[in-house]
Amino acid sequence: MSPRNKLLGPRFVTGIFALMIVSGALAHDARAQGHLRIGMTANDVPLTWGQPDNGFEGYRTPGLMIYDSLINFDLTSADKPSGLIPGLAESWEVSKADPTKWTFKLRRGVKFHDGSEFNADAVIFNMDRLFNDKAPQYSARMVSLTNFRLPAYKSVKKVDDYTIEFETKSTDAFWPYQICYVLFASPKQWEATGKDWTKFAESPSGTGPWKLTALKARELAELVPNKDHWDKSRVPKLDKVTLIPMPDPSARTAALLSGQVDWIEAPSPDAMKRIKSSGFEIVSNIYPHIWSWHLNRVEGSPWNDIRVRKAANLAIDRKGVVELLGGYGVEAIGHVPKGDPWFGTPSFVPKTDVGAAKKLLAEAGYSEQKPVKVKMLISASGSGQMLPLQMNEYIQQNLKAVGIEVEFEVVEWQALLDLWRAGGKSPQIKGAHGVNISYNTQDPYSTFHRFLRSDLAAPAGVNFGYYSDPEMDKLLQAAQASFDPKELEANLAKIHTKMVDDALFVWVVHDVAPRAMSKKVKGFVQSRNWFQSLSPVTLDK
Amino acid sequence: MLSYILRRVLYTVPIALGVTIFVFALIHLSGDPINAVVAPDATAETVAKLKKDYGFDKPLPLQYLLWLGKALHGDFGYSIVNSRPVLATLLLAVPNTLILACCATLIGFTLGALLGGLAGFYQGRLVDKLATGLGIAGVSVPHYWLGMVLVIVFAVELQLLPATGMGPGGSSGWEWDWLHIKHLVLPAVTLSVIPCGIITRTVRATVAEILNQEFVQALRAKGLLHRQVIRHVVKNVAPTVLAVMGLQLGYLLGGSILVETVFNWPGTGFLLNDAIFRRDIPMLQGTILLLSMFFVVLNLIVDIVQTMVDPRMRRS
Repeated sequence: MSPRNKLLGPRFVTGIFALMIVSGALAHDARAQGHLRIGMTANDVPLTWGQPDNGFEGYRTPGLMIYDSLINFDLTSADKPSGLIPGLAESWEVSKADPTKWTFKLRRGVKFHDGSEFNADAVIFNMDRLFNDKAPQYSARMVSLTNFRLPAYKSVKKVDDYTIEFETKSTDAFWPYQICYVLFASPKQWEATGKDWTKFAESPSGTGPWKLTALKARELAELVPNKDHWDKSRVPKLDKVTLIPMPDPSARTAALLSGQVDWIEAPSPDAMKRIKSSGFEIVSNIYPHIWSWHLNRVEGSPWNDIRVRKAANLAIDRKGVVELLGGYGVEAIGHVPKGDPWFGTPSFVPKTDVGAAKKLLAEAGYSEQKPVKVKMLISASGSGQMLPLQMNEYIQQNLKAVGIEVEFEVVEWQALLDLWRAGGKSPQIKGAHGVNISYNTQDPYSTFHRFLRSDLAAPAGVNFGYYSDPEMDKLLQAAQASFDPKELEANLAKIHTKMVDDALFVWVVHDVAPRAMSKKVKGFVQSRNWFQSLSPVTLDK
Repeated sequence: MLSYILRRVLYTVPIALGVTIFVFALIHLSGDPINAVVAPDATAETVAKLKKDYGFDKPLPLQYLLWLGKALHGDFGYSIVNSRPVLATLLLAVPNTLILACCATLIGFTLGALLGGLAGFYQGRLVDKLATGLGIAGVSVPHYWLGMVLVIVFAVELQLLPATGMGPGGSSGWEWDWLHIKHLVLPAVTLSVIPCGIITRTVRATVAEILNQEFVQALRAKGLLHRQVIRHVVKNVAPTVLAVMGLQLGYLLGGSILVETVFNWPGTGFLLNDAIFRRDIPMLQGTILLLSMFFVVLNLIVDIVQTMVDPRMRRS
């Protein structure tokens, strides 16, 4: 064989192939890295000391990046609602003898970012931070951010180094959902930072898949992967993530279009077309959110007549509202979307039917000469409120067409929340017949119980409208005592069925959480949840 | 002169007190601060406990006096939102605003004085009409809107300048190099538009007025060269322009909320915006007090400089 032929011989060809495979793998590895920059909607980097502020955006980024909970939401699927999966607890069970006692078996071998061990003592330390005001680590601010999500909590005790027992105030099958909102911070790092949570926030230590490396108030937070994370499937593929607070939607859009960030949360609907035409992608998915009117049911309210409630639901052109949102919304025919395991089998379908709406109002004794008159409290902006002014004005027109005249009282967002808390009987609301606040429907308590339980009427809770129905109370109690997941699902479905059949709210749309990103961003799975995982994300060069 | 300065400094005390009372009252009129801290559906029990923890359960006058007592010792308290010390947060934000406001004032003053001067000297001509038009446009155009337009043109379309932020690593390690200055260009130009318009109009009117005065005609009659006449006019225009510029700098230091928000500039305006929306009372009180003090001190400096420039004022 001549030297030339040798050069082209089988060994050479095999070598070339081997080289190609290796370089391909290397190239893939190179792609599976990168520095992702995200424009957040928050005014400031959400608190990094464990319990985040800025609502669920704070939990999403950076809360659940730095920290884990005992039980996590499964964020791996875009096709089904996120269920609960083991987190720092490997398993949990309720005592059959006393259903207020829950035993949690903790995961062994989990380390905080500072190298200290996660164990039962760490759990007690973190619960005392929220519930024991005599403990040095007690933080009033963290209490304000978290405790309302854990109405069932009574106490916690250590059984052994890897077993703890929670006690709830009463029988409450929702406890696993509630404990999801407690994120576990390192006691050792708290000691190391002078027992000062503000200093801890500068160099926090959790067990999550990301470690915070830089924090600049109101400017940025930088996070790098925690390669030693206990769940290898959640070890991030990126090199670094920078979170940049950008509260102004046009500033976020400009930052994306000019290449300053690779990803923005909640682009404004009017910018969608421009973003897409500039070669960016809009990713969206339905998630547990409902934009609705919460009705006041105090004496004298027109909403006490089921025919008026049904007529309002039938009058709304939800398709038009979705168009108003640039197509980024899903028509709501209930409190949770159709297809959700909690949806049930309601017979009433709130679809647009102007004729049926008019007929119902006529049956209720209303006419063109005698229209229904309602006053609604709305805001001009606010978390999760989408486009409140435009959407409400659109609905106002829809309702006027069937004979419901709506007057709006527009108030500032925080003031609206104050009025909502004050409740439907409060003189502060000046006789308003309802309030427009969007709600999360991520867990059963937040979805149903807080609005429907008669004992949670304002000011004891946020049953704003003083809704009270003994039959519904029974269903709610049954759900709260359903420890078997299938039984719980079935009972929640019964609640939702009754809720829709009784037209308890005026439902309009579910948000789809649009986020815009560069086409270089790969691997993101937008789960049907408020929380999202950045672990599988990569950035092409 | 010294007694004048001392007297002016003493005047700032009641002004500062007035500002703190006014701000405190206004904030509490807008609603219960604790409601902005707690989650929307916090129980009444949690709210009551937190009110006690934060000291909001005490009577308002007592809350005010407690805050004032601490503030006099340099303790502005802690943010109720993120628990960071207010003073430290302010001290981080102030230099960022100073950079932006001073650059904007410099641009506004230079351009405004030039345009106003030209318009004043060449009244009724094309250059006057152009300068006056620009001045009116500067005062009339909403600067947050202009900011967005500039971002669309220079950041999004031409990709020449960054759209937001203060530099590659945020505000840490600010340097006067192109990497950082390019972040400053758009917000500074946006912010300079109003002072530019105001100074243009002020200079034009003052120049026009002075040119009609007898002493200018006397100077000309004496056969002074045009540039020598201009020098005299400029000296007479300076006190008015200085006063306006001082006021404008004061406005920019306190009034750049919208521009800082549009450009994500981490200064006092951005801080104030956040504090307003979250009803972060200690942060609001601290920021507003500091910004109002800026204004007071700037007025004081302007008065002193004016007195030095214009001896007539000293005599009065």
